[in-house]
Amino acid sequence: MATKTFNTIGIGVTFSPNLKANIYEASRLAMLFRAKLLLIHVGDVSEQKRSKFEELLQPFIIDGLDAQVVFQPGKPVDAILETVLQKNIDLLILGALQRESFLKYYVGSIARKITRKVSCSVMLLINPSVERIKCKHVVVNGLEDKKTEQTVATAFLVAAALDSDKITIVEEISHDKVGTVEDTKSLRKTNLLKEKIKRQEESRVQTILSHIPAKHKEGRNIATQAIFGRRGYSIGHYAQVVRADLLVMNAPEKTGFFDRLFPHDIEHILTELPNDVLIIR
Amino acid sequence: MSSKNNISVFFKALPKNIFSGFVVSLIALPLGLGLAMASEAPPIAGIIAAVVGGILVSILGGSNVTIAGPGNGLVGVLLIAITTLGIEGAYAAIICSGVLLILLGFLKMGKLADFFPSSAIQGMLAAIGLIILGKQFHIMLGNKLSLEGSVDYLLEIPSTIIGVFKYADSGLIFAAIAGVSSLIIMAFYGKIRNRFLQLVPAPMWIVLIAIGISYYYELVLQQTNPVSPEYMISGIPAPADIIRDIPTPDFGAIGGSAFWLSVFALTLIASIESLLSIKAVDNLDPQKRRSNVNRDLKALGLATVGSGFLGGLNVVTVIARSSVNVNNGGSNRSSNFAHATFLVIFIVLFSTQLTRIPLPALMAILVYTGYKLASPKLIRKLFSIGKEQLLIFFTTLMVTLFVGLITGIVAGVVMTFIIHIFINKGGSIFFRNVLKPNVLMFREKATGTYYVSVKHFCSFLNFYKLKQKLDDIPEDQDVVVDFSMCRFVDHTVMENLSGYQEVFLKRDGHFEVIGLDLHGTKSSHPFALRRFVPGLQKKSGTLTKRQLTLSEIARDFNLKYNAESLNDTHFLDSYRYFRTKKIDRVYNRLFTEENTFKIFDVNYSEGEFIAKEEVKTTMLHIKLSKTIPSFTLDREGFLEKVTLFAGFKDIPIENHSDFTKRFYLKGQNENAIKQFFTNKIVVFFESNPYYHIESNGEALLIYSKERIAGIKEIKSLRDFGIRLEEVITEENKMVIYS
Repeated sequence: MATKTFNTIGIGVTFSPNLKANIYEASRLAMLFRAKLLLIHVGDVSEQKRSKFEELLQPFIIDGLDAQVVFQPGKPVDAILETVLQKNIDLLILGALQRESFLKYYVGSIARKITRKVSCSVMLLINPSVERIKCKHVVVNGLEDKKTEQTVATAFLVAAALDSDKITIVEEISHDKVGTVEDTKSLRKTNLLKEKIKRQEESRVQTILSHIPAKHKEGRNIATQAIFGRRGYSIGHYAQVVRADLLVMNAPEKTGFFDRLFPHDIEHILTELPNDVLIIR
Repeated sequence: MSSKNNISVFFKALPKNIFSGFVVSLIALPLGLGLAMASEAPPIAGIIAAVVGGILVSILGGSNVTIAGPGNGLVGVLLIAITTLGIEGAYAAIICSGVLLILLGFLKMGKLADFFPSSAIQGMLAAIGLIILGKQFHIMLGNKLSLEGSVDYLLEIPSTIIGVFKYADSGLIFAAIAGVSSLIIMAFYGKIRNRFLQLVPAPMWIVLIAIGISYYYELVLQQTNPVSPEYMISGIPAPADIIRDIPTPDFGAIGGSAFWLSVFALTLIASIESLLSIKAVDNLDPQKRRSNVNRDLKALGLATVGSGFLGGLNVVTVIARSSVNVNNGGSNRSSNFAHATFLVIFIVLFSTQLTRIPLPALMAILVYTGYKLASPKLIRKLFSIGKEQLLIFFTTLMVTLFVGLITGIVAGVVMTFIIHIFINKGGSIFFRNVLKPNVLMFREKATGTYYVSVKHFCSFLNFYKLKQKLDDIPEDQDVVVDFSMCRFVDHTVMENLSGYQEVFLKRDGHFEVIGLDLHGTKSSHPFALRRFVPGLQKKSGTLTKRQLTLSEIARDFNLKYNAESLNDTHFLDSYRYFRTKKIDRVYNRLFTEENTFKIFDVNYSEGEFIAKEEVKTTMLHIKLSKTIPSFTLDREGFLEKVTLFAGFKDIPIENHSDFTKRFYLKGQNENAIKQFFTNKIVVFFESNPYYHIESNGEALLIYSKERIAGIKEIKSLRDFGIRLEEVITEENKMVIYS
C-alpha cells in the first residue's frame, strides 16, 4: 500500500495572539514534508493583511518554503471547507483555543465543526509554539478498522518526519467484547477471553507493522498497548496519561443525526484535547 | 475442574455445612420471630420467610456463604405497609416487590447499591435502627404503647423508663426484668470468650433461658409464669395450622399509590440491604469467591414471591446470620438450606415451647439490633471523616424518621449532591462530565500491573464505571488507581476503594491509590485524602502502666518495644485462624532486631453486625529459618470431639496416644505433619503448658487465650516460644518436607 504523504498543507489563520506560533508550527511541518503551505484567512482580499502574514512567513521562505496566502470570504466554516476542496489540501491545521478559566484545552466550535465535515486529514494544535518543541512520543490507534492500516502508516511517516523517539500503537478492547464480570467463574472466563483478544489484537497490529517501510521504523522505540475503555475515547485518556505529544487517530465514520445529539466519542476528545491530535482521512 | 470432583468436594464439606446451618438456625429462629412481630406481622411470617429464602436461595442463588431470611432493614417499611394495606394487602405488596427484585436481577442491577452515597445509606439504616429501637423499647420494658409516628415512640422512651419504677403489677415487673436481662445478655455476650457459651448464639441463649425459667416455674415451683400473660408470645400456630391458614394475598389495593409506594420502598430496601450484605459477606469468605449478585437478586426475588404467597415476609440477604455461618465453617450454599431445614424441624417439634418466651426478651434482641444500626460509634466515625458527612447522615436520618424511607434516601442523595456542588463551587464539572466514559484501564506490559486512571470527577454518580473496571481485575494482581487527572473524589468512592484495598491485600494482591496528594493542598475535597494516608493514627500521649512494664521487659530481654499500631497486618492473613476474622490493628510490639520473633497485642473482630464480637489477644509470632508443614495444634476438648463429627479431622501421632488424646492436630499434608512431630517435639508439647499453635509453613503463631496477656503470661509465652523454636530448629536440621 502506498504510504500517504502530504503535498498541500492548509492552515486557518486569524489575528489572534497565537498567530505567530501557529504559522511557525505549520511552516515547520510543511518543510518537513516538503509540502506547499496555504494560509487560509476568512475575509476579503487585503494587501495589508497579506503583508503581515508574509512577514511572519519570511524566515521559512528564505529556507525554501513554498507558501501562499488565500483569502476566502464567507462564513468561517464554509469558507475553509471550500478552500480545502478548491486547493486540493490534504492536511488542514487548526489552532485550538486554550481556555484559561477552564485549565483545559478546548477546541472552539468552529474547529469542531470543520473537523466533523472536512474531507482531508486534520491536525489540531493545542499548544503551538514559536520555538520548536520536539515531539517525543506519538500514540496511534490500532483498533480493528479498515482505515487503521493507513493511519498507522501515516503515524510512522509523521513520526519519522518529526524524528520522534517513541511510537505506541494502542489497541482498544471494548467492554462489550469481553462481557461483565459477575462472580469468580465469569472473572476467570473474561480474563481468559481478554488474553485471547489481546493476542489476536497483538498479531493484527504486528501484521500492520510488518507493512510499514523499514526506514520509518528505524531508530524508533515501537510499543503496543492494549487498553480497556470506551473505543475512540479512552485513547485520548491514554495519550494524556503517558504524556504523549501527538495522538494520531482514524477519522470517525460519518456522523449522523444521533451523534450530533449525543456527542460522539471523538467529540469528547475534541472538547478535552490531551495534546496535538492528527485525524487521518 | 470436573463436575465429579465438585460433587465429591460438596459431599465432603456437607457435614460442616449442616453443622453451621444448625448454629445459624439457632439465631434465625428468635430473630425471625422478633422481626416479624416488630413489623406487626404474625410471628411465624418471619420463619416462613427464612425457610422459603433458605431453600430457594440456596438452590438458585449466586452467592456462596450468605444466609437469606427476613431482614431488619425492612421492619419500618413492612410496618407501614401492614398498617396501611392490612396484612393481606401487605402480602400482595411483598409479592410485587419480589417480582421487581427478579426484574432488577435480570436487568443486571446488582450495581444499584453503588448509586447511593454511603453516608446517606448509613443515615437510612440508622433511621431504621431508631424506628426498631423506638418501638420495641417500650415492649421490652413491659409498656405496650400505640402512638402515631416513629418519632413519638422515641420521645416516649424516658417516660417509659421512669414508669418501670412505678409498676405495681408483678407481671409487668417480671416482663421488664426479662427484657432488661435479655438486653444485658445481648450486650455482654461478645465480651465473654468461653467456647461452650459461644457455641450457642446469644439470641438462642435468651430463648433457652426463657423457656427454662418458664418450665422451672411450672414444674419445680408449681406456679404460673410470673410474666404477665399479655407479654408472652402468642399466635405461634402448630405446623398443620400454618398450612391450613395460608393467607390469600389481597391485590385489591393494586391501583392505589399507597400500594406502589410500599412496593417500591420494599424493593429498594430489600435490594440495598441484600447487596450490602453480599458485599460484606464476600469479604469474609475464606475461599475468596465472588458472588454473582444479579443471580442472587433473582433468587431473592423469587423467594420473596414464594414467601409472600405462603404468608411470609420479604427475603433478603442478612449480614449477622451470614457471618455466623462463616464463623461456624459454612463453605457453600448447603448451609443456607440446612438452616431452613432446621427451622422447619424446630417449628414442627417445638412450636408450643415457643409460646413460653416472654415478648420483652425477644424484643430486647431487636432493641439491640436497632442500637447497633444507629450506634454512636457510627456517628463518631462519620464525624472524623468530615462534618459534611454528618450533614448528609442527619438529613437522611431525620427525613426518614419524619417523612418516610424513600423520601429520606432521596433527601440524602440530593443533600450529597448539593454539598458536592458547594465544595466544587459549581455543578458544571458534574453536568459536563457525568456521561463521559472517564475511566481508563490498561495492563502495563513491563510489570503486569493494572493501571486505572480516572478523569474529571469520581463520586457516587459515576462510581459504577470505576467499579466495573476494578471488578474485571483478579484480586491477586497489582493495581494502581490514579486520580491525578480527577478533580474531585468523594467519600463514597474512597470508602469503596478502601474496601477494595482490604480485599486485594487479603488475597495477596496489591491495591494502591495515587494522585491524591495535590487534592489535599487544593482543599477541593477535604475528606477524601485523610482516609488514606497511612500512619496518621492518633499517637498515644502517655503510656499505660502495662505499656511501661512492657518497655521494661523489652530492656531486660534485649528486645525492642513499640506501642504504636502497625498498619501492615498482612503477615497474619495467611493463618487459618484469621481467615474469617477482620484484623483491626496490631500494637504493643516486643520484637527482636531482625523482627523474626515478636510478641504483640492484636485487635480483631469476628462476625458482623449484631453477631460481631471484638476480641483482643496477645500473640507470639516466630518466623522460622526453614519451612515446616502447615498445621494447627490445639488442646483437645469437648468441642473438638463434637466438631469431629462435623468433618474436622484429628491427625493421630503413632506411639503417642497421650499426645493424640490431649491435643487436637489438623492440617492438609498429613504425612509431612506426622514426619514433623518427632519424639522430641511431641515430648516437648506434652511436658509444657498448653498453647494454641498454628504454622503457616514459614512461621508460627502462638497464643494462649483470646484475651490480652498479663506481664507474667507474656514472659512465659516468650520463654515457651524460644524453647519451641530451639527444639524445632534442632529437629529439623536434616529434614526436607515434600
